[in-house]
Amino acid sequence: MSVSELEHPPVAATPPAAVEDLSPRGGRSRAGVAWRTYRGRVLRILVPALLIALWQASSALGWADEFTLPPPSRILDAYGELWSNGDLQAALPTSLQRAGIGLALGVTIGLALGLFAGLWKIGEEVFDAPLQMLRTIPFIAVVPLFITWFGIGETPKLTLIAAATVFPMYLNTYHGVRGVDKKVIEAGQTFGLTGWRLATRVILPTALPAALTGLRYAAGVSLLALVLAEQINALEGIGYLVNNANQNQRPDIVIAGIGIYALLGIVVDVLMRLAEHFALPWRPRVTIG
Amino acid sequence: MSPSAEAVVDIRGVRRVFGDRAVLNGVDLRLHQGDVVALLGPSGTGKTTLLRILAGLDAADDGRVLVPKARSVVFQEPRLVPARRVWRNVVLGSRHVRRDRSRAVRALTEVGLASHQNAWPVTLSGGEAQRVALARALATEPGLLLLDEPFAALDALTRIRMHDLVAELIGRHNPAVLLVTHDVDEAILLADRILILDGGTIGVDVTVDIEKPRQRTDGRFAELRALLLGRLGVGQATAAAP
Ligand SMILES: Nc1ncnc2c1ncn2[C@@H]1O[C@H](COP(=O)(O)OP(=O)(O)OP(=O)(O)O)[C@@H](O)[C@H]1O
Ligand SMILES: [Mg+2]
Repeated sequence: MSVSELEHPPVAATPPAAVEDLSPRGGRSRAGVAWRTYRGRVLRILVPALLIALWQASSALGWADEFTLPPPSRILDAYGELWSNGDLQAALPTSLQRAGIGLALGVTIGLALGLFAGLWKIGEEVFDAPLQMLRTIPFIAVVPLFITWFGIGETPKLTLIAAATVFPMYLNTYHGVRGVDKKVIEAGQTFGLTGWRLATRVILPTALPAALTGLRYAAGVSLLALVLAEQINALEGIGYLVNNANQNQRPDIVIAGIGIYALLGIVVDVLMRLAEHFALPWRPRVTIG
Repeated sequence: MSPSAEAVVDIRGVRRVFGDRAVLNGVDLRLHQGDVVALLGPSGTGKTTLLRILAGLDAADDGRVLVPKARSVVFQEPRLVPARRVWRNVVLGSRHVRRDRSRAVRALTEVGLASHQNAWPVTLSGGEAQRVALARALATEPGLLLLDEPFAALDALTRIRMHDLVAELIGRHNPAVLLVTHDVDEAILLADRILILDGGTIGVDVTVDIEKPRQRTDGRFAELRALLLGRLGVGQATAAAP
């Protein structure tokens, strides 16, 4: 045994229980590192693909009745059919326009009320209590009332979507504005900022993340409201396709329609995340795992 | 400073009452341009309250308060607006932000952070953020600079660097300065005058006549420290620290 070895206490093979080893794992294989890096992407594609394969197989193996649950291949055919007879091209813009107009209306009202209630005491006193009460009404419950009030044209559909999206926008904006650090506002005041300048330089930029969260929720809710609104005797749009197919006993087209709603949901979410990414470059990005 | 020169800060008989307790109970204070005054006092005696009244963030219940229009505050925390880049934070209160960019950069250069002008506040270290707050305070060329324990949250090494920086910048811009601190050494290093606030009034008002730069090893430094610590009710045993 050499002298230098004697000078160093032997290193324990495994650390005692109270110790956590956080040193970078030098020993991990390249494959392991690659797996960790790409795991997320791989699983994201693999799991849905497996589920679809299972669905297809269930038909082929006779586990599921082809008529009750048509296999994915039949759904694809249904899309082809909808496309070639022009139904899809007609329905999609109609539905998107409904959701878009309703969302724009609701978000504008929600944003205005949220800013008003957040920035001014009088706004809070006037609007917060009634909005908090209205918020508790499930918007599905008011559909019959809207039909009595507005008939069965476009008005009840747009009103429903707008009404449903006001609340997430209002709540998040209001809380965002109220949640701005009082100390930072005070610092702005010591540098002479008041009123409009204080709002545009300190309060609104700091409240923007919350407002964007509100917008993201509102966009999601607008699709939900769209589905519901299109059940109200729609004569065009995705909902009309679905209802029609239901009456004609075409579950493949019904499922295809549901698929479009789902796809719209994903597209909206991705767009909103991108918007947040570019509108909020100053936010630290933290994820776990 | 000639005693006849007009005071930039002149407060008389300032009272501030919270509940039934008069935190400030007749505070008098005059500051002239270029005065650097440190305010010491046990925790909860109303130092921050006084500073907030001077800043115009709180109102006194009674008394007279005359302060310059151009005032700046550096708080214990940097208090930067997270959604604005560093240089925009420096000219936060400016009427024409874009036009004042060069002023922002000049102020950042003074605190050694010109290269961070486009950074977002979250990416700064604690010491850097506090230097930005200092640049912001000085960029407006204030007649009165109010510092409320601006170094308290910094590590010891950074604090020493900040002392030198602040001393240099104060010398260059020459505002009246009120520095609230808990650190007796810091007060002796930076201030020309040291006040102790206790029981709602200013009980001690000593002039520091040790030529700068002051050394902690100087006999007069130790003597003054012992005196102040005594008046703050801290015995010699604990006073021996660094
Ligand atoms: N807004 C307020 N409402 C009620 N009491 C307050 C308020 N602000 C301060 N006080 C009280 O006034 C006293 C003085 O507070 P202040 O913050 O001025 O102390 P301080 O000398 O700065 O203390 P520290 O050295 O710990 O910072 C404290 O007892 C505090 O509780
Ligand atoms: Mg204080």
